[in-house]
Amino acid sequence: MNGTPLKEEDLKKIHIIKYKPDAKYSYTAGQAYSKFLAGLKEKKIIGRKCNKCGRVYVPPRMYCDDCFKPTDEWIEVKDEGIVETAVASYISWTRERLEKPEIVGVIRLFPSRDNDWVFPGIFHRICVDLEQVKDMSVFGKKVKAVWNEERIGSVNDIECFKVVE
Amino acid sequence: MKTNLNFRRVAVIGAGLTLFRRRMLETPQELAWEASKAALDEAGLDLKDIDCVVIGSAPDAFDGVHMKGEYLAHAGGVKKMVSRVFVGGATGVMVPISAWYHVASGLCEKVLAIAEEKMSPARPHPQSVFKYIWDPITEKPLNPNLIWIFAMEMHRYMHVNKISKEEIALVSVKNKRNALNNPYAQAAANLTVDDILNSEVLVWPVQRLDTSPVSDGAAAMVITSEDVARRHTDTPVWIEGVGWALDNTEWIQRDLYYPRYLEYAARMAYRMAGIENPFKEIDVIEPYDPFDYKELHHIEGLMIAKRGDAPKLLKEGVFDIDGDIPSSPSGGLLGVGNPIAAAGLMKTISIYWQLKGTAGKMQVKKPVHTGLAQAWGDLMQASTVVVMRN
Ligand SMILES: [Zn+2]
Repeated sequence: MNGTPLKEEDLKKIHIIKYKPDAKYSYTAGQAYSKFLAGLKEKKIIGRKCNKCGRVYVPPRMYCDDCFKPTDEWIEVKDEGIVETAVASYISWTRERLEKPEIVGVIRLFPSRDNDWVFPGIFHRICVDLEQVKDMSVFGKKVKAVWNEERIGSVNDIECFKVVE
Repeated sequence: MKTNLNFRRVAVIGAGLTLFRRRMLETPQELAWEASKAALDEAGLDLKDIDCVVIGSAPDAFDGVHMKGEYLAHAGGVKKMVSRVFVGGATGVMVPISAWYHVASGLCEKVLAIAEEKMSPARPHPQSVFKYIWDPITEKPLNPNLIWIFAMEMHRYMHVNKISKEEIALVSVKNKRNALNNPYAQAAANLTVDDILNSEVLVWPVQRLDTSPVSDGAAAMVITSEDVARRHTDTPVWIEGVGWALDNTEWIQRDLYYPRYLEYAARMAYRMAGIENPFKEIDVIEPYDPFDYKELHHIEGLMIAKRGDAPKLLKEGVFDIDGDIPSSPSGGLLGVGNPIAAAGLMKTISIYWQLKGTAGKMQVKKPVHTGLAQAWGDLMQASTVVVMRN
């Protein structure tokens, strides 16, 4: 038999089972993310610092991966940073075609240094022209959070990150 | 210099694959059975001879069947010691690694290693299933698509090393062309760089022909102790080095241009196999290529090319089927297809057949003695490596 693939026309003849599982979750944010979310409500980006290795965790963690010990203190980082990477998505999370591409990326937040391998970081929307993503000129640019007027303690309290220089 | 670890020698003596296709008529169990039967036939063993079974499969959600280890155990594992391994996309190579330590430890003599994935049942597209791999609090509210992270990694790799889309597209051209020689392949084609660059943009810089297709398929291997191997074949292929490593899940907080976790895994496998200079000592490789940039990224993580140098070596033909180090002679995931766990085991099987000299039209031109297969997965953080010799 060695495999018998279905053809497009076969697919019209088959029964599709549609089932929506009643799967709702109440996630525990834990101490670290709770403080992080509460900080966002006040336009603050909160992290945790390990005083042994100096690593700043954003999003925060209560223990240090590397030192395997509790992190030591809460620390507020800037809502500014450098664009590490940026992409333009033409598809939705279900792979439907989007009319206007969505631009997202990773921002290395301050304080951090250019050559840090690990750094306090945030994954978010970047409000920048598509061309600047395509020609990669947005890489290395300084950006700042654009906060929403109404904030509920969610990563979506930040509208996006905007280029400031 | 080899490490002086105290374990038994382990050999591969049989392997089997199903066709890799979208929307296969067979059930996951039937696919797994088919691959297992073919592997046992090649090994000259019956199922009753097998002591232990290792099963690899990615998240249950793809096939739409929960507890897939137990479900797939029907393809050879009933009344036997069965375990399932899962490290995301790295699973396919974790399966032979797990089978290796079953035998190397002295626990088992004959292990059947099975990997299966059926991606196409998920409607409207398996992409929606991937939403559940993201952090529910800091990431999922942004409605990410899985391809976002790979596009972010690809763009970072391109930016740091000043690599163009044209240079990366050459991987897709090479692998889809190699797949023309592979009777199991789903996406074999003779394409040009322009074809890749003109394909649908998914998440810039990732276009449709930069990626591997949605696939169904299964793969299996028979892995045994030295005594058993000597009794059943004159051409055993030895598993001489294994390595695996994980990086942090906070992919946001680390530089994405270099796969650090893969370097750790590769160093472990090389130390075990006594490899000091991978570029000189490895004859043929199957690095994991769900995306074209990923093959280059992995060749660098495997230390076969210096950081940022893989595209240059590719352009010089080093990784062509008749090059110094043929890479993905099977056609890889880009050309053969990507039923996740099965794809990684397919890569291991490709190296096994190359070293046995039974790769048929896929057989590379030069004589080969040392080969390597590798897989990668989770949130861009897990890698598995296996080094084999004939
Ligand atoms: Zn620390």
